[in-house]
Amino acid sequence: MTTDGSGPPETPEEAAASGTVAARFALKQRAGGLVVPVLTALIAFLIGGLVVAATGHNPLLAYRDIFNGAGLNWIFHPTTNIASTSAYNLSQTLLQTTTLILCGLAVAFAFRCGMFNIGGQGQYLIGLYVANWLGYDFARMSPVPHILIAIGGATIAGAAWAGIAGFLKATVGAHEVISTIMLNWIAIWMGEWLFGDGGPLQNAANKAVPISNDVAASAQLPAFWGVQQLQALDVGFFVAIAALIVFWLILNRTTLGYEVRAVGFSPEAAAYGGISVRKNLIRAMAISGAFAGLAGALDMLGYLYHFGVSDIPVSSVGFLGIAVALLGRNTAAGTALGALLFGALLFGTTHGLSSNVIQPELAGNLTYMIQGLVVLFVGADVLILYIWNTRRKLRPRAKQATT
Amino acid sequence: MTQELVLEMRGIRKEFPGVVANDGVDLDVRRGEVHALLGENGAGKSTLMNILYGLYRHDAGEILLNGRPVEFASARDAIQAGIGMVHQHFMLIPVMTVAENIVLGVEPRNRLLLDERTAERRVRELSERFALAVDPAALVGEITVGQEQRVEILKALYRGADILILDEPTAVLTPQEARELFAIIRSLQADGKSIIFISHKLNEVLEIADRITVLRRGKKIETVPSSGATEASLARAMVGREVLLQVEKAPAQPGDVLLSVGDLHVRDERGIPKVRGVSFDVRAGEIVGIAGVDGNGQTELIEAITGLRKIESGSITVAGRELREARARAMLDAGVGHIPEDRQRRGLVLEFSIAENIALHDYAKPPNAKWGWLFPARLVARAAGLIREFDVRGGGPLTRAGGLSGGNQQKVVVAREISRDPRVLIAAQPTRGLDVGAIEYLHRRIIMERDQGRAVLLVSLELEEILSLSDRILVIYEGEIAGEHTGEVSEQQIGLEMLGGRERPAA
Repeated sequence: MTTDGSGPPETPEEAAASGTVAARFALKQRAGGLVVPVLTALIAFLIGGLVVAATGHNPLLAYRDIFNGAGLNWIFHPTTNIASTSAYNLSQTLLQTTTLILCGLAVAFAFRCGMFNIGGQGQYLIGLYVANWLGYDFARMSPVPHILIAIGGATIAGAAWAGIAGFLKATVGAHEVISTIMLNWIAIWMGEWLFGDGGPLQNAANKAVPISNDVAASAQLPAFWGVQQLQALDVGFFVAIAALIVFWLILNRTTLGYEVRAVGFSPEAAAYGGISVRKNLIRAMAISGAFAGLAGALDMLGYLYHFGVSDIPVSSVGFLGIAVALLGRNTAAGTALGALLFGALLFGTTHGLSSNVIQPELAGNLTYMIQGLVVLFVGADVLILYIWNTRRKLRPRAKQATT
Repeated sequence: MTQELVLEMRGIRKEFPGVVANDGVDLDVRRGEVHALLGENGAGKSTLMNILYGLYRHDAGEILLNGRPVEFASARDAIQAGIGMVHQHFMLIPVMTVAENIVLGVEPRNRLLLDERTAERRVRELSERFALAVDPAALVGEITVGQEQRVEILKALYRGADILILDEPTAVLTPQEARELFAIIRSLQADGKSIIFISHKLNEVLEIADRITVLRRGKKIETVPSSGATEASLARAMVGREVLLQVEKAPAQPGDVLLSVGDLHVRDERGIPKVRGVSFDVRAGEIVGIAGVDGNGQTELIEAITGLRKIESGSITVAGRELREARARAMLDAGVGHIPEDRQRRGLVLEFSIAENIALHDYAKPPNAKWGWLFPARLVARAAGLIREFDVRGGGPLTRAGGLSGGNQQKVVVAREISRDPRVLIAAQPTRGLDVGAIEYLHRRIIMERDQGRAVLLVSLELEEILSLSDRILVIYEGEIAGEHTGEVSEQQIGLEMLGGRERPAA
């Protein structure tokens, strides 16, 4: 054989050696989850800082206070005493992180099968609704089965909700972006009806307010760090950590994950290998929805306990999951870090910031600004890699022309 | 042909990130000469021609046109200087007429409007002058591939090309069309045009070219007059070692029928019947070759046999088991091995490692997996063995398949298919895009598998490949078997059948 080594470099290693633009991109690709997302996040924070500066404040001080507000300064003097401000703040950040990990996984899993799940929010809401219903009913059950039923029901409901989009894609080719967005709206209006005046899940005691019943004590998740009445960090946090491990195991250590990845990379090659593409599209979407539904269950049973019509438009963790997954490169570890980053931002910007440091109107929106910038940059990065890959694809084709 | 040089390229160097595509290449072309550029994949032929045509900038070296140094910033500059290029993939607009396509961009105008009559007249003049028979008023979408190529050549001539670059011109043609193309080249030559003919087919190059320049790994190896060259000498120069060009094989010893196709009908995704009543058998220990022009139902036939496409009616029997359902897994389990025609889209998951690709059919079976649990280490161990056995170069089990060269990618596919020990091996275009060395390897391997008692179905657009490997040849035309041959048969006869002109048996 003489086919080795005569063509243009096709492995990143070869390209990286030459130090050209091409090599830098290959290096980025090879570094995979690290260089690009870190740069993306840094640039997003930089631009966020410029906006803070434009309002006449020192961005470094603003970021320092957000850092402290999120309880991340806890690592300088760690303590389990929840009375300490930093410990309390950290517990709240981790509570947000719990939800974001699962919402991130909901996007990441579908992505690994080649689909873009924009419906995390709808699947999350469905999880909330079902957990509230199951958590309020069966009130005389003992805690463990009650919690398992509520969590299991919400998870399955989230899976079924996302499965609709997967089924539509597999059978009639409806694009999952469109159908998941529509399913989001259906979930939103379903909530308006469920908890609204006279709705089936509206508060039984007070028919005047469009709010749900409270989850029974037997279905509430045990607090793990803090006082339950003061919104403690509950054991749901460990469920999210377990979900990260399960996500990794499914993708890398099961035949299901092998199929999902094969379909995600190349549906045609997967079909040739004997893998059913349709089955995997439905299944991957359902697993995605299960993660989001689980997020809804943990929030409902962990600290929300009830949910009102007015809470629906305010909630957006499902969408934040998109930024988390994109920043985390759709990997388990990346999603964990992305969730921590956005969890800290969410909590750190919404309380205790002095107006001397940052304009109050800007504070809460800084998270969403950084979220938007991250999605934009990650999207642009995908675009750049896409253009780069097209160039790489074009070159071998030109080469083949003279076979 | 005179000794006058119309083109000199001296010391051309072009570097891409991490690879030197052209390294001090010299090329000189005489007026009225057919100059062949020969080389393996990635030898730098395309790069050199793209530099000449103004698509790439060279890093070093100079280009002299009629003795004067030139710099081309774009293809437009090159065209203005009298250089024309016919790419392998035509760039024509199907809904426009031949004349409109030819004058596109340099239209004769009637005030603001296209002067259709002048355009047609000029095109007709050109086509008569060079014996390039084509109707200027015909729609491009309705003419044959051979005619499309003529339109491309006319397009270049219309723009005043003196030097014409033909990139793999015969790759898309039937043998008859190739003959006609050669006649056209001769008439262009007689008119004083110079032609640079890019090819990898040694016999063609020897037939048409006056001189031959061989490139290997970006360097010019030699420029020789074709009169003194032989296929063996050219192959040696291309590859850098002796190459066995003739496939050596013992006579076939056919055994039981392992693949039987009966009155098969298949439609494509648009619902158009593509396979229309095809029946044939393939026996153990024989290679049946299916010849045909691209798009005559070969793809659909293979997809049906491999369970990737639903069949309309008819039967497919593998080793005595009839398979009704279109399921790839069922076909694989029945003992069909498949080297697909598009290894990059179908044969491999390019983002997967070699190990993962080798497990593509049986990742879910022990020892690769148990109860849905995958054992990556076992995948790697198996791949390591096959990489050694099939001499895959350029990486280990964890190397991304997309990072391998074409020949090595194909070896991964072949290793996977053959290691499953299939009863029936379907090889679709197994050597497409590969170079001489890899082709030699694959041909030997296919014959070896035949001798192991597998039934081999070979589908190829390369008639030469069909002729040299097959024990029996079927010709497919518009979804039907247009001819069957055992033993000696002429290229002409098959070429005729490929175009649907079945020769009547003498009464």
